[in-house]
Amino acid sequence: MSAYVVRRVISMIILLLLLTLVVFILFSLLPADPARLTCGKGCTPAVLEANRHKLGLDLPVIQQYWEFMKGLFVGRIYAADSPDPVVCNAPCLGYSFKRGEEVLVLIKDRLPATIWLALGAFILWLAAGISVGVYAALRRGRWQDKTVMGISLAGYSLPSFFLGLMAIFFIVIRLQLLPYPSYVSPFENPIQFFQTMLLPWIVLAILYAAFYMRLTRNQMLEVLGEDYIRTARAKGLPERIVIRKHALRAGLTPIVTAAGLDLAGLLGGAIITESIFSLPGLGSLAVNSVNDADLPVIVGITLVTATFIIVANLIVDLLYAVIDPRVRLVS
Amino acid sequence: MSKTGVIDGPAALASDEVASRSLRQIVWARLRRDRLAMVCLIILIFLYLIAIFAPLICDLLGVDPYSFDKESISDSGGGPVGAWGGISTEHPLGVEWGTGRDIFAQLLYGLRISLLIATTATILTVFFGTVLGIVSGYARGKTDAVIGRIMDLILAFPFLLIILALSGVLTQRLTDLGVPDGNPSRIMYLIIVLSIFGWPYLARIVRGQVLSVREREFVEASIAMGASRYRILFKEILPNLWAPILVYATLTLPTYIGTEAALSFLGIGVLPPDTSFGGMLGNSVSYFSVVPSYLFIPGTVLVVLVVTFNLVGDAVRDALDPRAGRV
Repeated sequence: MSAYVVRRVISMIILLLLLTLVVFILFSLLPADPARLTCGKGCTPAVLEANRHKLGLDLPVIQQYWEFMKGLFVGRIYAADSPDPVVCNAPCLGYSFKRGEEVLVLIKDRLPATIWLALGAFILWLAAGISVGVYAALRRGRWQDKTVMGISLAGYSLPSFFLGLMAIFFIVIRLQLLPYPSYVSPFENPIQFFQTMLLPWIVLAILYAAFYMRLTRNQMLEVLGEDYIRTARAKGLPERIVIRKHALRAGLTPIVTAAGLDLAGLLGGAIITESIFSLPGLGSLAVNSVNDADLPVIVGITLVTATFIIVANLIVDLLYAVIDPRVRLVS
Repeated sequence: MSKTGVIDGPAALASDEVASRSLRQIVWARLRRDRLAMVCLIILIFLYLIAIFAPLICDLLGVDPYSFDKESISDSGGGPVGAWGGISTEHPLGVEWGTGRDIFAQLLYGLRISLLIATTATILTVFFGTVLGIVSGYARGKTDAVIGRIMDLILAFPFLLIILALSGVLTQRLTDLGVPDGNPSRIMYLIIVLSIFGWPYLARIVRGQVLSVREREFVEASIAMGASRYRILFKEILPNLWAPILVYATLTLPTYIGTEAALSFLGIGVLPPDTSFGGMLGNSVSYFSVVPSYLFIPGTVLVVLVVTFNLVGDAVRDALDPRAGRV
């Protein structure tokens, strides 16, 4: 087991390094000159050149990459030889001259909204998806099953932005059941927090739950056809225990996999949901940075998000072994 | 959210006792019995025809998506005159805010662009996913490892963000390469990025299938007879993979329609005067509290389109492998 973990962690680190390199090369294609952002209206070529040097943008891509990686571990000082150097402490994910802030600080500021959004939606969609999926499986072929499958199909055919806009239109504008979304921290004003988050949670959860209903149902149907379920029933176990202890546990593994990866993806920011409900999360920070051509922030968010996904991959694989003893971790 | 499960069964299908009928005949017979699927299929064909003949239909109805109609909007503010976004005999679905361009015509042209992007991207995704999946599964060893790492890398990217961030520069690159400036470049960019981020999902499925098919006797026989590698890969192995590939394709197309709409909604799709569903929905944000039809008309058409495709996709899967899905 431990050898397997070590091997996986090493390959994860390699993948992360590769990923940062690819991101760097990709973004070096961008003509958007971050130096220009630091240099207001009365910009002369000389100032621009100086700023470019300050940011390390006059270096070859590989060297910029090296500087970036070094900054991650030991911190970094921009424009060390100028009168006003900018210090970026380790772990330095870059510095946004556009916003005059370290990228890591920007990301940390935006992370809570994203985490709240992702977690709330995650709980809702898992609860709804799994319970309804199991229900449909137990009523398979009957009208309940068909209704659930119909709803699920409609659910995952709805584009998130359309669903979100409809929610705003009906619930906020027409029926005025909720005030216009405006995010506050739950520790400051819990009521306003819930009023703001309710719709985004539901909208996101509907999209994912639709998919999880199907997944759970199909999984359950497959497992319920197994011999050991017949054995459990033949032993005279109550149906409730057969379902919960025998079928559900075996059927859950692929659901855990999918759920872990989906949650990780969401932690990188639900771009569309955040922009529709104007939540100050990573997704809306990303969109704003794209519009501002604020390169360091884009690179930072990309890397953070990708790290979430890669780490989640690893955790899911390890969890898999815990849930399902049949999975052997031999090399 | 990955919507693709591992599809088991082409091997089981191929060895069905009805050897006298080809797989295609069996599947078609099953599909024909599925009434809902046939209705959806007819709707889809109808939608494609509408998309192809959009200019003709607009001419017949006397509407076009580009010309301004100042008379249909109010002088102060530019809002449409009349209820429901200015629906009238001249403009069956109303007019756009500020310009008076016909919504119905925009919708038809938007359908055209959405279908063009989604269909082409699906074809490319299927092509690359299949070829790389087969090669990776058959070659194993180093080639497999390299392709596998590339897939891991692509799947780890937050693709929406990357597509957004790179849209400006890569569209420019395409223009430099000789693709006409403006919308052709933008459409091509969307097709390319959708395919690049889409193929690994299919390649994984195909690779898994190839790993089992390559061990079967007919492949061994073919190797023994000295068949070329190309022949083994594409004439012997590929025909056994059509089922999962077809299922994947029919379920990818609606996903791409949705993704394209989302990207246009975020502002990187085609530019006015052209538009797509996502673009129309994006524009509706400023006005829909006053003119809800801006939101509901393109939204409804989009949902109908995606639902129909998904229903056909489900039906194809059921027909190819009755055990999967509905059981």
